[in-house]
Formats: sequence, structure tokens, C-alpha cells
Amino acid sequence: MKFSSKTKASGEIPTASMPDIIFMLLIFFMVTTVLREYEGLNVFLPQARKIERLDSKRHVSHIFVSKDGMISIDDKIVAIDNVKHVMYDKRVADPQLTVSLKADREASMGLIGDMHNQLREADALKVNYSSKVAPPL
Amino acid sequence: MKKRIRAGEIPTASMADIAFLLLIFFLVTTTIDTDKGLGLVLPPKGEEKEIPKRNISNLLINARGDVLLDKQPIQIRDIRQVVMEKMAANDKLIFSVKTHAKAKYQAYISVLDQLKMANATRISIAETEK
Repeated sequence: MKFSSKTKASGEIPTASMPDIIFMLLIFFMVTTVLREYEGLNVFLPQARKIERLDSKRHVSHIFVSKDGMISIDDKIVAIDNVKHVMYDKRVADPQLTVSLKADREASMGLIGDMHNQLREADALKVNYSSKVAPPL
Repeated sequence: MKKRIRAGEIPTASMADIAFLLLIFFLVTTTIDTDKGLGLVLPPKGEEKEIPKRNISNLLINARGDVLLDKQPIQIRDIRQVVMEKMAANDKLIFSVKTHAKAKYQAYISVLDQLKMANATRISIAETEK
């Protein structure tokens, strides 16, 4: 009996499934990318230097405060006295909530002070004053 | 003699390249606008502590954006240096930032920024002055 030596191992990596792998990558990135959900109000953010980055986008809620004192949460105009109710509901839904306060640099501190009180009443204590990077000195 | 080399197949060799191109296109066009800013944790409601006067340093901001640090007028850009010196002298020092209601938000952020740059962690935000 003859034994035929079967050394037919081809020296190639199969590339047929390559597109599938890459498509999977593509879909993964498309799914994980959180697009901006809200447009908000038109604000010129203040400038600061010692800036921190907000780590997770999922636990962030934005509050816009415009120059003329309008407040917008989730694209709805909210009166200052109702901020606590809106934020309390958010806070209950997500205990890790961070509030990103996007206030105009010309906004009055009286309103920001009221905002602090509202947030304290809503127990949403983690605040991030959204600002732009200031040019170096 | 018949030549039957009409294979009914779409070439898939370049499929990977096309998919890669799409992937790169999406990666490039996705703007990851990370939120950046100054972080601060507000004190819970109803938690008011008495603090000895010597451990408090007052920062007052008026409507024009002038800053008073412990009754001394100060330029905003000098706050960092002075705050660091004060903290070196007393490590229990709490910085209380009080603003006039008509002060600009930018002034407040600038002062807060200076405190953060001086690595001050004990920052208290007082009620705004009406």
C-alpha cells in the first residue's frame, strides 16, 4: 500500500471573511458612538485653563443658560423654579448624574446662584461648568 | 472550441478595502465633542457647618468683575499665587467665593479656575449678594 504524502497546507490566510470582520468593526463603532442629542441654546462658553474632561457621556445631563437668562433642559425651556423638579426626576433615573452647566459667559451670577440652589434641592450635586480652553498667558 | 471563462462572480478581494474605507470615513467624520469644564461638587441641602473664622478666606466678586481677597483688591491672574501662599500657611483654609448677583459668569469661572490651578480643594460657593 502506498501512502501519498499529503502536504497540501496552503500558506495563505483566508481573506474571504475579512469584509465581515471589518463590517462588524464598523457596526460596533456606529453603535457605540453617541451622537449629540440636544442642540440647546446658543451660548458662548466661558474660558478656563484648569479643565477636566467629563468621562462618561451617558451620565451627563446638559443645562443651557443663555445670556438673557433663558434655561433649557433637553430642548425645552424651563423656568428657574422648575429646574429642581426636572433635575430631580433625572437624578432618580440616574444616580450617577453629572450636570454639565453650559452657561453663557455673560450670564448673570444671580441666576447661576439660583441654579446652584435648585440643583442642591434636586440633590444633583455633581456639576461641571462647561468651558472652553483659554489661550495660554 | 468554446471558451467558458465567464465566471458569474463578483470579485470579493477588494471588499475588505471598501469596508475599511467606510470604517475610516466614519471614524474621521465622527466628532467626539467631549465635554470639558470645571468640576465642582455642591454641598448637600441642609448641611451647614460652623467654621472658625480663621479658616475661611473670602473671595468677593463685584458686578464689575473686580475681586477682593480677604479685603484686599486683587487681579484675577494673581489669585493663584496668593491662594497657594495662603494654603501653605494654613492647610485647613476654605475659600468662600461670593459673587454679586449682577456679576458676569465669566468672572466667577475665572476665579474658580484660579482656585483650581492653585489646587485648592476646599471651595465653598456662598449665596449671591443681591
